[in-house]
Amino acid sequence: MFKDITIGQYYPTGSYVHELDPRTKILVTFALIAGLFIINTFVPYTYIVAFILGVVFISRIPLNFVLKGLKPLRVIIIFTFLINIFAGQGEAIWRIGPLSVTGEGIYKALFMAIRLILLVVGTSLLTLTTSPISLTDGIERLLNPLRKIGVPAHELAMMMTIALRFIPTLLEETDKIMKAQMARGADFESGNIISRAKGLVPLLVPLFISAFRRADELAMAMEARCYRGGEGRTKMKELKMDGRDTMALVTTALLLVVLIVHRTMV
Amino acid sequence: MSIEVENLTYIYNPGSPFETKALEDVNVEIKSGEFVGLIGHTGSGKSTLVQHLNGLIKPTSGKIVVNGIDITDKTVKLSDIRRKVGLVFQYPEHQLFEETVYKDIAFGPQNLGLTETEIDERVREAMELVKLPFDELKDRSPFELSGGQKRRVAIAGVFAMKPEVLVLDEPTSGLDPRTRDEVLEEIKTLHDRYKNTVILVSHSMEDVAKLVERIIVMHNGKIIFQGTPRDVFKEVETLESIGLGVPQISYLIRALREKGINLKDDIFTVEEAKKEILKWIRSRKNV
Repeated sequence: MFKDITIGQYYPTGSYVHELDPRTKILVTFALIAGLFIINTFVPYTYIVAFILGVVFISRIPLNFVLKGLKPLRVIIIFTFLINIFAGQGEAIWRIGPLSVTGEGIYKALFMAIRLILLVVGTSLLTLTTSPISLTDGIERLLNPLRKIGVPAHELAMMMTIALRFIPTLLEETDKIMKAQMARGADFESGNIISRAKGLVPLLVPLFISAFRRADELAMAMEARCYRGGEGRTKMKELKMDGRDTMALVTTALLLVVLIVHRTMV
Repeated sequence: MSIEVENLTYIYNPGSPFETKALEDVNVEIKSGEFVGLIGHTGSGKSTLVQHLNGLIKPTSGKIVVNGIDITDKTVKLSDIRRKVGLVFQYPEHQLFEETVYKDIAFGPQNLGLTETEIDERVREAMELVKLPFDELKDRSPFELSGGQKRRVAIAGVFAMKPEVLVLDEPTSGLDPRTRDEVLEEIKTLHDRYKNTVILVSHSMEDVAKLVERIIVMHNGKIIFQGTPRDVFKEVETLESIGLGVPQISYLIRALREKGINLKDDIFTVEEAKKEILKWIRSRKNV
């Protein structure tokens, strides 16, 4: 039941995109997000779509696997679309009771829906092509300069690593406990909201207990190996940027420039 | 209640790079009232197979027929199957959640829709079966019990549902030797008392040898052979080649036979070995 969630999942293929420095990929993703908010017409969307399709192609991840990440968010996307379609000003094309659909509404709704879809697809490419460990490594290095103003970069990264590391474990655990309780006749699917919420108790109590137990054991195991935080800690694999990273960053910068130019011209 | 599994195949994560075949064309039949041992190495597919038996996992292809009903059929109500096929998971104590031992064991019977008096009877009976003192423990929190007691509470929770088929997935893993023997003994008592079908999943040859009537051996998602313990344990080489073995006592008997001592070659419990060795010693004295 959790297999449909592809957001945050890593899809290893060993491609050019996978081997890029995580910092490069994080920066590119942020640039892409910024780009999506810079544009205000439909035409520049084609550039971004072309860029994303290019990345998907190079990364050798099947396109339908990337698009599967949209599935859990379809409700939000449809909801945004509907709100916008009724929020436009101007002459009504079509009326349903007090609500009216205008040309501007349709334009805006489509614009927002595409923006959301591209946001999700673009950011999910980051996690699909970057293993959680190198991702947090990248975040740690990017946050490093902020340590001077008291941002605990290493601790944040470590917390993220641990959290990401335990997502599959907890999902598996949830699945296991759910099955065990279903074997005892528990019902998680039918009934009204209240009885469903009550039905979650046999799932949540064991899940919390095991999460606490795991946290306790992990802390102990880390201390047994002399973990004392980030001070003076060295890395086995130092992150290195090379020519390919420069290429990726330059391409992204060009895309951003094009988007900005487009905006100022229109 | 009988179970027939026909051409069962199950694939984890189909269509992704993590695709793995957990079960491949499994065919097996379990008769009503039988006590069967399912053995195999870690990852051999035994846990996946038993989860199919009450519909917790849906097969990629193949059929599972429980008491004449094909449970892969979409019109079958799985909740009906689940009250008949009880499943004790590995480390079942991880599923405890209630405030008291009594309430936790009563969870299953309650879901069956029984009356208060029936539930009370079931809980008492289940606790008696797993040798937990009812009056002393019923109001205690299950979380403050010892490991062995927690395991017993969890097992009692499934016993109390009185399933016609009881599947236990490694019920003794992580227990100390004494508790292990006691728990196995309790399972045997239950089987003798209710004549229900029991499927014991394990990788401990000792556990299985003592209790079951038939052994099914799994390897890499396939059933490689099945038969009485006597027949199965003769295949020492095959069992060893797939990372299993035979009960330790069988190795002792084999070593003794190699020394020229005339003993039967199909001994796999300590009791039997004791009898045979004593017989051999006496026969020598008489010479």
